[in-house]
Amino acid sequence: MAAELGQFALILALLSALFQGAAPMIGAVRGDRALQASARSAALVQGGLTLFAFACLTYAHAVSDFSLVNVVENSHSAKPFAYKLSGVWGNHEGSMLLWVLILAAYGAALAISRRHSTLTALTLSVQGMIAAAFIAFILLTSNPFARVFPAPADGMDLNPLLQDPGLAIHPPFLYLGYVGFSLTFAFAVAGLIRGDIDAAWARAVRPWALAAWVSLTIGIALGSWWAYYELGWGGFWAWDPVENASFMPWLAGTALLHSIRVVEKREALKVWTVLLAILAFSLSLIGTFLVRSGILTSVHAFAVDPARGVFILAILGAVVGGSLLLFALRAPSLKTSAAFQPVSREGAILLNNVFLVTACATVFIGTFHPLFIDVLTGERISVGAPYFNATFMPFMALMFAFLAPGAALAWKKGRLRASIERLWPMLAAAGAVTIIAAWLSWPKPIAAALGAGLAVWAGGGAILDLLIRIKAFSSPLGASLGRVAGLPRAYLGMTIAHLGLAIVVIGVMGAGVWRTEIVRFMQEGDVISVGGFDARLDSVVREAGPNYAAERAVFSIERGGKALRNLSTERRFYPVRGMQTTEAGIWTMARGDLYLTLGEQTDKAGWAVRAFFNPFAVWMWIGSGLLALGGGVAATDAPRWLRRRAPTVSAGTATQGAA
Amino acid sequence: MNRAFFLIPLAAFILLGVYFAVGLTRDPSHIPSALIDKPLPKFDLPPIEGFERGFATSDLEGEVALINIFGSWCVSCIIEHPVLMDIAAREGVLIAGIDWKDKPGDGTRWLERRGNPYSLIGDDADGRTAIDFGVTGAPETFIIDKKGRIRHRFAGPITAQIWARDLKPLVEELRNEKGGADG
Repeated sequence: MAAELGQFALILALLSALFQGAAPMIGAVRGDRALQASARSAALVQGGLTLFAFACLTYAHAVSDFSLVNVVENSHSAKPFAYKLSGVWGNHEGSMLLWVLILAAYGAALAISRRHSTLTALTLSVQGMIAAAFIAFILLTSNPFARVFPAPADGMDLNPLLQDPGLAIHPPFLYLGYVGFSLTFAFAVAGLIRGDIDAAWARAVRPWALAAWVSLTIGIALGSWWAYYELGWGGFWAWDPVENASFMPWLAGTALLHSIRVVEKREALKVWTVLLAILAFSLSLIGTFLVRSGILTSVHAFAVDPARGVFILAILGAVVGGSLLLFALRAPSLKTSAAFQPVSREGAILLNNVFLVTACATVFIGTFHPLFIDVLTGERISVGAPYFNATFMPFMALMFAFLAPGAALAWKKGRLRASIERLWPMLAAAGAVTIIAAWLSWPKPIAAALGAGLAVWAGGGAILDLLIRIKAFSSPLGASLGRVAGLPRAYLGMTIAHLGLAIVVIGVMGAGVWRTEIVRFMQEGDVISVGGFDARLDSVVREAGPNYAAERAVFSIERGGKALRNLSTERRFYPVRGMQTTEAGIWTMARGDLYLTLGEQTDKAGWAVRAFFNPFAVWMWIGSGLLALGGGVAATDAPRWLRRRAPTVSAGTATQGAA
Repeated sequence: MNRAFFLIPLAAFILLGVYFAVGLTRDPSHIPSALIDKPLPKFDLPPIEGFERGFATSDLEGEVALINIFGSWCVSCIIEHPVLMDIAAREGVLIAGIDWKDKPGDGTRWLERRGNPYSLIGDDADGRTAIDFGVTGAPETFIIDKKGRIRHRFAGPITAQIWARDLKPLVEELRNEKGGADG
């Protein structure tokens, strides 16, 4: 019964989305305010109906209703309850429903948070059209509520790789990010239709762009963290097409965040910002498309079905093609009022945008190049990490080189030399770090030492700039700390995020380049040494989990003969799916992770054990947290404007460029 | 600025859309193998230790068969093994095995302990034949039609579901095709 109610609610949601798409647009053409305002009620209705449909599917999974195809294919009565819930979106149909739910939630949030204006109404209209397309996609090609008769006694279980806390909460964050860019996209389209992209537009968009970006940051970090401890190969990022699919909108979204700021402060880069908003959402859609159609094969692609791909292609064509056509027609009329000086904060942001977008293009080419080759020659090739290291990394290095002095430049007209002179102690520190890191890590690539040096330059430069601003070197501690509260939130958020990014880079260099790996066969009692630690294999025992059988190895860790702690690692076999997973044993320390995995057993030699020491691995997760925190802090700048619709730019944001 | 400048993103997107559209017409599920619909690579493998007969290209003529690449060192093969035993016993499908990069005797002991689903086994100790097949990892299975052409490649362990859903229907279809050199 719940399934039928859910499907019915989804059909009603489609109708309300169609209304939401059409009514405000007609209202705007006719100048009918009431019709425009109806968009907000429609968004709320659509949000409620979609939430109800999602609740129905969740209920079916929670009670293991095996008369639903979706539950049969992705659940099992013995599956732990938490994964019965996360199993709702651990499959194609359910994840699409989550996508639509988040889309509707953003629409409803916009309807609640903003008073009526033509911009809001048009934005909601665009959102409604997108929602209608995707709800139709679900109802026509991917119905999660389809029944099966007769109902089987038990289900086929969820892919065991997905039965993990990290991956259970990873898709909702990822989707909050992907779908969040639908709202910036809708704002961009609405702005193009109205022909007024200005500071007010930028202030309206910025919090949503930040919300989407923060969610996507968390989603990518969670996915990477999951890959790190669950896939058991000691790595955290494989340049897998599905990872790239989430990374490309992140890069475009990061560029968007920065350029929106330029529109807000200087009313410049309007055309570019609109294009970035379209690009960020297009890449999100392409990400969805890539995963759903299996056009590029990948371990992640859980719905390989070209028929759905064609539908998504049609949506993609309509959304991206339509918006780019509108862009071609309307963007030439967007006028930039202010003069643009290359050496200024906005100039630095434009440079940052060029690096980010070029880096994004290299990822795009690396991801789709195999497809192009396939289309052209019928040959299948794959592009690996060496390509990305050779193309993506140099642009990131350039971006890092300019990050700290660029962020310290004033708006309108800055002095690059003054900016660098202000930060020179950090330049010296960065040089020293590069040399020391190169010496310590020899013969590992020097590029990684350079990366660490650039991270110190960028992150340390951000901190130093903050310290100079609060006069930490010339006034008492109390007075300096008092000044922190007076700094604009956007500046504080930026500093935290830049510091976080620098910390991520150090973690990436450590765990990606400086790691050591040893593989050997071990009997009980044998010792494996890595990163200065000795791990003694104490025992391997067989254990039974709720829906799996496991082999669990317990190691005792010693350093210089001194016993420190125990560390255990598991290999799990899930009989229903016939799959194995690894639960790596990880000891996290500030200077690095000791990482052990258990492989197969051979009769003579014993167990294959892989031991890694991944320097600074935890810095990646801490830095990602700071990135997200920085985005969040920057977003708190906005509500002041939302509450008091002050006609002038508020004092807090205006002071930022003056320092 | 020139108006045409603003058309560049749209043009780039249209170009991309064409690529996607063409890409969609390619079936992504059975990946590479430039060998699909091509005759088997030529090989003549020696027997593994303790067996009398090896496995050569000519052994398969006129019959639909599975060629399974395995190794005693391969964990996924252990998972796949019972399924192959079941297929060999119940379905009467000829399964040929290529013991890939195994040390002498290891493959034999592996089969002694777990049972032997293979009618023919060849020893590919140096992995040359596997290279000819374009094998990327074990286990990997190729379905061969009556004319000795590769018709399908499956990478990874065959599970009961995959067999019932994908592979068995294909094998039955191939059995109904006209066979031999005449067709």
